[in-house]
Amino acid sequence: MTSPAQTDTPDIRFENATKRYGDVVAVDSLSLAIDKGEFFSFLGPSGCGKTTSLRLIAGFEQPTEGDVLIGGASMVGTPPHKRPVNMVFQHYALFPHMNVADNVGYGLRQLSPRPPKSEIQKRVDETLELVQLAEYGKRRIWELSGGQQQRVALARALICRPTVLLLDEPLAALDRKLRREMQIELQTLQRDVGITFVLVTHDQEEALSMSDRICIMRDGRIVQSGTPRELYDRPLNRYVADFVGKSNFIPGKIATVNGRSIDIESDGGMLFSCNPSTEQDTYTVGDSASIAVRPELISIGPPGSNAEALGTDVVIPGRIQNRIFLGEHTEYLVSTEKYGEILVLSPKYIESVRGSFERDEDVAIGWKNETALALEDT
Amino acid sequence: MRLYSIAVYLFLYIPIGIIVLFSFNAGRHASELKGLSVKWYGKALDNPFVIDALFTSLTIAFCAATLASIMGTSAALALQRIKGPLKAIFDGMIYISIMIPGIVIGIATLVALVSVFDVLNPIIADVWLGDKAPKLELGMISVIAAHTLFTMSLVIVIVRARIAGMDRALIEASTDLYASPWATFRQVTLPQLAPAILAGFLLSFTFSFDDFIISFFVAGPNTTLPIYVFSSIRRGITPEVNAIGAMVMGASLLLLIVAQLLLRRDHRR
Ligand SMILES: Nc1ncnc2c1ncn2[C@@H]1O[C@H](COP(=O)(O)OP(=O)(O)OP(=O)(O)O)[C@@H](O)[C@H]1O
Ligand SMILES: [Mg+2]
Repeated sequence: MTSPAQTDTPDIRFENATKRYGDVVAVDSLSLAIDKGEFFSFLGPSGCGKTTSLRLIAGFEQPTEGDVLIGGASMVGTPPHKRPVNMVFQHYALFPHMNVADNVGYGLRQLSPRPPKSEIQKRVDETLELVQLAEYGKRRIWELSGGQQQRVALARALICRPTVLLLDEPLAALDRKLRREMQIELQTLQRDVGITFVLVTHDQEEALSMSDRICIMRDGRIVQSGTPRELYDRPLNRYVADFVGKSNFIPGKIATVNGRSIDIESDGGMLFSCNPSTEQDTYTVGDSASIAVRPELISIGPPGSNAEALGTDVVIPGRIQNRIFLGEHTEYLVSTEKYGEILVLSPKYIESVRGSFERDEDVAIGWKNETALALEDT
Repeated sequence: MRLYSIAVYLFLYIPIGIIVLFSFNAGRHASELKGLSVKWYGKALDNPFVIDALFTSLTIAFCAATLASIMGTSAALALQRIKGPLKAIFDGMIYISIMIPGIVIGIATLVALVSVFDVLNPIIADVWLGDKAPKLELGMISVIAAHTLFTMSLVIVIVRARIAGMDRALIEASTDLYASPWATFRQVTLPQLAPAILAGFLLSFTFSFDDFIISFFVAGPNTTLPIYVFSSIRRGITPEVNAIGAMVMGASLLLLIVAQLLLRRDHRR
């Protein structure tokens, strides 16, 4: 993963930006900074204000309160056509009455003074080459596949070399395989052109795999922002843990707090030792909290296995309720007497040694204490 | 049921069919068919009065359709920004102006024009410095004005449907790519609306060209083709009139079909 080029002034800054539509607060006093050259993502469920945040940067919306700064300059009152950013629209918004080359060259033709024809032609050819559509300049838009249209939209937004490229769910309309390819291409492209990318997505996998930093939103507010690894390993609360990757939650109460170890008494009566998810001392004995364990951190073995055999600190007996074979790993849904259903991901290489389990088979599952996180319920 | 619909269609189209048939009549009386020929078409096109009236009609239709297209498109663009009860009022007025009978528009325009002329003419005469003050009176311009008025609503309705179906993101994409509002209008909005505007133009042209009632009221001494036809059938229906009718019908039908195709293609995109 590339580390973003650090500079003194961040490329984009939200300062308590709020956007209201009547009674609806789409974005609620958002404050955050996006660094130059960073691949930044807004991640969140439908309606959480991701698109609105992006449109505040592009200038299609003006903040009701607060400010949005680009390159250190306040953008309040600056119309979209005077902002040094370009956008890739969700449904591409390619001009149907122009061919591919004219679409791509559109931004250059609006500049004043307008560059000479030969210059525009040259830049269009270069940019089409960049997105691997060198031979497609004369094609009409509707003669292109979805993936090709997506590339044209990308080329059109990149040709003026904006300081920031905004992408609103640019891959949502593509099928899974093509999406994966485009994700890699986008990442490579971003490294090559070295401009700030701001991506909006509700696909956590996409955000995790592409971004330098992710901002997780809920109801117009930031819940947590950080690198993908921080969000995955140290989610601030249950909402983040649930949204980024999959997680099991066992509800309980905080029993004791001592430094880096927190004991939670589950509703089932057992005491679990967990790691805190934050540095701050926000844990109070008696508060309700959840024990969160990622499915891939849980071991599964034959019934009656002890902690040593499983290589874990905790052992819980259970029964396989459902089994989904996913190729590189198998997903087991294990029902337990006291802790409900627990999801376990067992990788192929372990299965090949220990064998796999069938539906309705009794098993033992367990995990190491340091892999469990104490999460407050918010 | 089938018989019934056949009867309806016969009822609708037999008179038209008869006109077309009799326009090819070789004899000189409209009532009896004596062999087929196209000589009446030649006769009609040789008649200087017919050609005169035709040019008057074409000029009026062209001017009215052009004005209606420009004004109707501007109105449609402005109306998209209006919301709430005001929008309902405007919508209502547009549809009413399409449905009002031609005779009402004819009389209303005539009365309006004449009273405006009555007020303005003395004033112009007073302030005029030369010998002979120009006098406003009914003529080609008043017909153009009246036709523009009622065909403009058609253009508004057609163009507005197109605006509603247009992807707003296209306009945003254009402004995002540094195009000023005017540049966006010229390069994105107008090309997107062009088929609808052209269809509106063709419809307006046909309606104006075929209009008799309104022209009859406000034309003054001018003779449009429908007025010429009307005055000549008072001297009896001749195969020549049938030929004119058939030609007008053919041309109108052609324009309507082109307009339909434009709107249909518009829909597919
Ligand atoms: N033009 C508008 N008028 C009124 N309300 C709006 C408007 N645009 C957005 N909203 C509201 O603001 C909230 C945030 O919308 P936004 O489009 O930013 O969500 P989103 O996170 O992009 O969701 P999605 O993933 O579905 O695209 C929603 O509740 C939405 O209904
Ligand atoms: Mg959105």
